[in-house]
Amino acid sequence: MEDKILLAHGSGGRLAHDLVEKSFVRTLANPLLNRLDDSAVFEVSGKLAFTTDSYVVSPMFFPGGDIGKLAVCGTVNDLAMSGAKPLYLSLAFIIEEGLLLSELEKIVNSVQAAAHEAGVEIVTGDTKVVPRGSADKLFINTAGVGLIPEGVDIAGDKAKPGDKVILSGAIGDHGIAVMSQREGLSFATTLKSDCAPLGGLVADMLNASRNINCLRDPTRGGLASSLNELASQSKVSIKIEEKDIPVREAVLGACEMLGFDPLYIANEGRLVAIVPAEDADKIIKAMKKSKYGRDAVIIGEVVAGPAGRVVMKTVLGAHRIVDMLVGDLLPRIC
Amino acid sequence: MKYITEFRRSELAQGLISHIRHRSKAPARFMEFCGGHTVTIFRYGIRQVLPQNIEMVSGPGCPICVTANADLDKAIALAKIPDVIIATFGDMLKVPGSRSSLQKIKAEGAGVMTVYSTMDALKAAEDNPDKPVVFLGIGFETTAPTVAASILQAEERGIKNYYVLSLHKLCPPVIRALLDSGEVELQGLVCPGHVSTIIGSHPWEFIAKDYGIPCVVSGFEPLDILQCVDMLVEQVEKGQSKVEIAYRRGVRPEGNRQALKLMEQVFEPAPAHWRGMGEVADSGLKLREKYRRFDAEANFELKPGPVEEPAGCICGDILRGVKKPADCPLFGKVCLPESPVGPCMVSSEGSCSAYYLYGEGRGG
Repeated sequence: MEDKILLAHGSGGRLAHDLVEKSFVRTLANPLLNRLDDSAVFEVSGKLAFTTDSYVVSPMFFPGGDIGKLAVCGTVNDLAMSGAKPLYLSLAFIIEEGLLLSELEKIVNSVQAAAHEAGVEIVTGDTKVVPRGSADKLFINTAGVGLIPEGVDIAGDKAKPGDKVILSGAIGDHGIAVMSQREGLSFATTLKSDCAPLGGLVADMLNASRNINCLRDPTRGGLASSLNELASQSKVSIKIEEKDIPVREAVLGACEMLGFDPLYIANEGRLVAIVPAEDADKIIKAMKKSKYGRDAVIIGEVVAGPAGRVVMKTVLGAHRIVDMLVGDLLPRIC
Repeated sequence: MKYITEFRRSELAQGLISHIRHRSKAPARFMEFCGGHTVTIFRYGIRQVLPQNIEMVSGPGCPICVTANADLDKAIALAKIPDVIIATFGDMLKVPGSRSSLQKIKAEGAGVMTVYSTMDALKAAEDNPDKPVVFLGIGFETTAPTVAASILQAEERGIKNYYVLSLHKLCPPVIRALLDSGEVELQGLVCPGHVSTIIGSHPWEFIAKDYGIPCVVSGFEPLDILQCVDMLVEQVEKGQSKVEIAYRRGVRPEGNRQALKLMEQVFEPAPAHWRGMGEVADSGLKLREKYRRFDAEANFELKPGPVEEPAGCICGDILRGVKKPADCPLFGKVCLPESPVGPCMVSSEGSCSAYYLYGEGRGG
């Protein structure tokens, strides 16, 4: 029989110790984590960004990633959206008893692979095991800290009329890839989640220009919700062009079938940037050279108008409002 | 052919728009029957690009919206029976009945599950043999055949705890009722696409013949709608009234014979309650006597209580095309997508939802 996680793995006793040693520390090894003290202790100097997020995606494994990769990329991206260089992450598991040990190890391996790619270290962690039915297989929480470079000042309230709106790539891949695997809904698609760490892309953008005003990763609620948030925070209107927003055929097809609008589908490896018009070209150029920004494109601009309004020029040349997502579109996609 | 991007091409749309503008002289009011068409019209801003003399009005073609409160109350009463599991398409959850909604009673512990197809509901019945599973049969001719198929499957597989609450509605009878009421004068009808995939275009002939109104069956992409309007304009300008199809990739004149046969085998026409229109003869479907043991209404004692309508809500008038969402004092003030008063603001195909989300009546 395959090894499974038991309640005793979370008890703090021998089994728990073995699990941490063999399944976590060995894979995630680094000098700060290896000490296994109650806290990771390190020195930093400068302006810090600090964030946390929990991951409950179902199913745990999906085309293009899994909950482990997502837990690293999500938190790394939240740091990157403040312009920070991500440094250290914490990693906490809440495991439902009965989870296959092999699945857990696969997920820890992808945590390590994603952390390696993102250039961050997992420096502290925790494991709890709960009785069957108290959680759905595995929930992960990560928190992270990052350092904000000198001269960088990125925030949601800094968009100004005249600024350009840049999107780093095609939208909707993650949400549709996860949905395609859902029980009761599974459909065949070659689509993969866009789940990726964006710290490198942001660093390349900042190298091109320090004048980036806003960054946001359009996760739950999709591009529409991110643009609405930025327009509200900055008290401006945003105008976008439907024809300029990249969406793959597979996403369009799935959206038609399911009655969704790609503007509201989640992404996990895309960003929206609002930048001064005069810096837009060099930022786009830098993005196109970066692994996760090759399809970067200007999709619109910030305009004076009612605060929080996002308007889209449709392919027919008409205009319509792009509102916030109301209610649930897809349960548990991240 | 990928069937999506080709039907959203800007340059083709511009050609159609300029043809319509050039050709259309007489004032014309066209009704798009179907909620799916309403959504496309707003999502792409089609009203803005049509000439001033063409008015588009939304019709009653949103299955969720036309479900009467009395029927919603029945579904809610069913879900409250201990052990009963209601299986429903997600859209129904939020719709308020007289006193509650499926979403609310689900939170209170009632057995309500969202399914994506009737086969999921059937599987739930198989997986929970000791609990009655009731599928909420909401929808037009488009969904009825799949519900019929699920009943036949249940019979074949000996599943004894599967039931259907049949609230299905038929489109041609309600259009006749609408036209007979004389409340709304139309110069053209954008006939439903998905419904016509099943029933074909023949069932619309009476509209062209008896009422002299041009009919064109349309698909759901912006180019489909523009082509449909273009064909309607052509008929209006030539003084014709006939049934045409602008959705050849989905619709044949005779429809889908196999689906129609399934429907015919399991269901028979019955009167149905429509929100805003009351009871319309032969506009619904009930299970034939042979399949009575799958009929939720025949097998459960339901006491839904007195029907109450939301005060001030004009969904009924909007569904008949006699009023527009902006005419409603609640629209955009009390009635919002996050706190809907009536079903037309709840359903993703509802007129109020489409008007609100895409900015009409918000100075958008």
